[in-house]
Amino acid sequence: MYQYDHYDQAMVDTRVEEFRDQTRRRIEGTLAEENFRPLRLQNGLYLQLHAYMLRVAVPYGTLSSRQMRMLGDIADKYDRGYGHFTTRQNIQYNWIKLEDAPDILADLASVEMHAIQTSGNCIRNISSDQYAGAAADEIVDPRPYAELLRQWSSFHPEFLHLPRKFKIAVIASDTDRAAMKLHDIGIQLVRNDKGEIGAAFYVGGGMGRTPMIAPLINPFVPIDQLITYSEACLRVYNRYGRRDNKYKARIKILVHELGKDEYTRQVEAEFAHLLSQGLEPPLAELERIKAHFVDPPFEEGLPDDLDLGDPDFALWVKSNTVAHRRPGYVVANVSLKPVGGIPGDASADQIRLMADLARDYSFDELRVTHAQNIVFPHVRKADLYTLWQKLDAADLATANLDSIGDIIACPGLDYCSLANARSIPVAQKISERFAARDRLETLGELKLKISGCINACGHHHAGHIGILGVDRKGVENYQLLLGGCEGADTSLGQITGPGFSEDGIVDAVEKATDVYLAQRQDGERFLDTYRRVGMAPFKEALYG
Amino acid sequence: MKILTGNDLRTGAVIWWDGSGWSLHVEDAVDVGEHAAEILAREEAARHVNASYAVDAQMTAEGVRPAHIKERIRALGPTVRPDLTLKPADPSALNWVI
Amino acid sequence: MVEAQYRFRDDEPVADPAVTVDSFGEQSNAAAVRLEPGDDARDLLPYLDRLRLVEVNFPSFGDGRGYSSARILREAGYEGELRAVGAVFVDQLSHLRRCGFDSFAPEVALDPVDAENAFNRWPDVYQATTDGRTPIWARRHPGGNRG
Repeated sequence: MYQYDHYDQAMVDTRVEEFRDQTRRRIEGTLAEENFRPLRLQNGLYLQLHAYMLRVAVPYGTLSSRQMRMLGDIADKYDRGYGHFTTRQNIQYNWIKLEDAPDILADLASVEMHAIQTSGNCIRNISSDQYAGAAADEIVDPRPYAELLRQWSSFHPEFLHLPRKFKIAVIASDTDRAAMKLHDIGIQLVRNDKGEIGAAFYVGGGMGRTPMIAPLINPFVPIDQLITYSEACLRVYNRYGRRDNKYKARIKILVHELGKDEYTRQVEAEFAHLLSQGLEPPLAELERIKAHFVDPPFEEGLPDDLDLGDPDFALWVKSNTVAHRRPGYVVANVSLKPVGGIPGDASADQIRLMADLARDYSFDELRVTHAQNIVFPHVRKADLYTLWQKLDAADLATANLDSIGDIIACPGLDYCSLANARSIPVAQKISERFAARDRLETLGELKLKISGCINACGHHHAGHIGILGVDRKGVENYQLLLGGCEGADTSLGQITGPGFSEDGIVDAVEKATDVYLAQRQDGERFLDTYRRVGMAPFKEALYG
Repeated sequence: MKILTGNDLRTGAVIWWDGSGWSLHVEDAVDVGEHAAEILAREEAARHVNASYAVDAQMTAEGVRPAHIKERIRALGPTVRPDLTLKPADPSALNWVI
Repeated sequence: MVEAQYRFRDDEPVADPAVTVDSFGEQSNAAAVRLEPGDDARDLLPYLDRLRLVEVNFPSFGDGRGYSSARILREAGYEGELRAVGAVFVDQLSHLRRCGFDSFAPEVALDPVDAENAFNRWPDVYQATTDGRTPIWARRHPGGNRG
């Protein structure tokens, strides 16, 4: 994986000292909160319901065991012994002191990590496919391209005060595991007829209160123009994105209001101008970065079979592992969704254990997924049983990946000052209701996503079943959505009708699954059945 | 009644205006009547508090109770981690929130 | 004209008042113009030969349109004074410099020590702009082929 050179290290170290200075001025009183707020946000520091919250970047979701161990140590040293992995492949700490924040950033910098631009109206941490470098279906590892974009977007002087936040995802396979079309810019690396790599640009997707699927604005940007084209997309947005209304300020609204064709025309005109400006790093720079992402020393001739004699292990293998592109290896997912647990939370001890296991069994590498889980990307099949036993002993071997138990949930009103309703208790109740192994197996792939407010951090629009918490006259109320999906066939969920109470929404989810089980045809997932039969039978069961 | 809350500038801890300073406990909150804006402006300027605001509350038999669930969660702590709330040993505290 | 607190130029400052973009086109002798965030900096490109001062107004810390206006002018070859005015604070200075600003007229005077630190903060830069600094990628590949 990528390692900083002295330039990268100096940039991150400088940022720590800059923030230390800004924090000092805030505490001493020469920097007003009004101006400090955007600065602390661009260093990942929020003020939440109970305390400051620090969001640490995990660029394109990739971590070394040394970095993971530091995340566990920070949880103990500066927080309350745990962290929360997010849908943007980051980690958040919930109980941070402002006066500690510069020291935390310094500790992060010591392992080549940071919290730069994890919040604020700027280009955020760049996300990617959690199986990058391991997936059997990728045309190329997307992470070097994401790293090139990370360096370009870090401290970009023109784009630090955009109309609103800006999220970029980069993938390199037709199976979209990063919800690419629900980003401000989604980039899919593709190969043309000549075999050259280029970037397909999808611009103007997003969730929030006006969910939109990004349209394709350019099917093939040559790879040696990637940065320049990105710059053009951003400049048009910075100049013309709406600043009169926070809720209409995302690029999706600009693209929608201008129309895809007019936005594209403006980008192409800006791009034509910028091509002469020498903005593009040489291909040698991409090659330099790529050299950091060479394969680990995979062994040849390993046996490709697994002993599935232990039924619990067999179930976990079926549910939580994915084919690796190399024989004898497998991709293993750790579900951070134990039955009745808090989705995405891990204790400091669990984080450090995963760090050790990655060192011992996965070439020192881990991934964070947008579904709030952890991946060991390169596990020898011969080691898988041992790995599973060690995970199981730490309550990290729940076999429920992509099932109704693998719920995405935002922190909700338990932690978030923007939320209207709690998300986590609903996730806990649903995961308990459907905990029985045969229920999980019968229902198969069923992605359930919960947001505690319209900002949609829990991706409720993209859930096969989505839940949106709202405030109804001071009482928590939950709307049900059906039919959302991320990926190549991205669709947005539709609201079923009037909302439900906290217990009512759990019953409503169960009724929706009953409709599915009654109506499904051979091999259909919940989503397939919903798409075939439509909303009517679900409405009938819920409200009839 | 109107009570005032905010976060301690340095630590981020949730605090409540008790009439002469800031307390970690909502039980200590006092009715500020019409003086919310004036107290908040002064306390923010003195950097005693950050992100402060006034909320509606009622005086009940159990003490001061913020009118909205958001500030009740704020006063106690996350309902999903009773061990991290201000009253980890009191299981009835969650009923007060909800 | 707004008095600059910092000016990184040796030439004589323009004494004329900066006029709006609309009236600038009509006044054939005007040399100073004031750009508001909603103005299109490209409207000035036909007049670069007689422009000596462009004031770019920042109505608030968070309105970043002026950064693009500045780069557009510099990319088009404008070499006159480019002055950031209005809500200009210490923590923007290094980024404004990178975008081509060479004078600064904040509405609230900046602390000299803080400002000095801010101007000199970054040892290196990741992006190419027109400010003459060599981006890190070019330092890594001296003489390397341009993409």
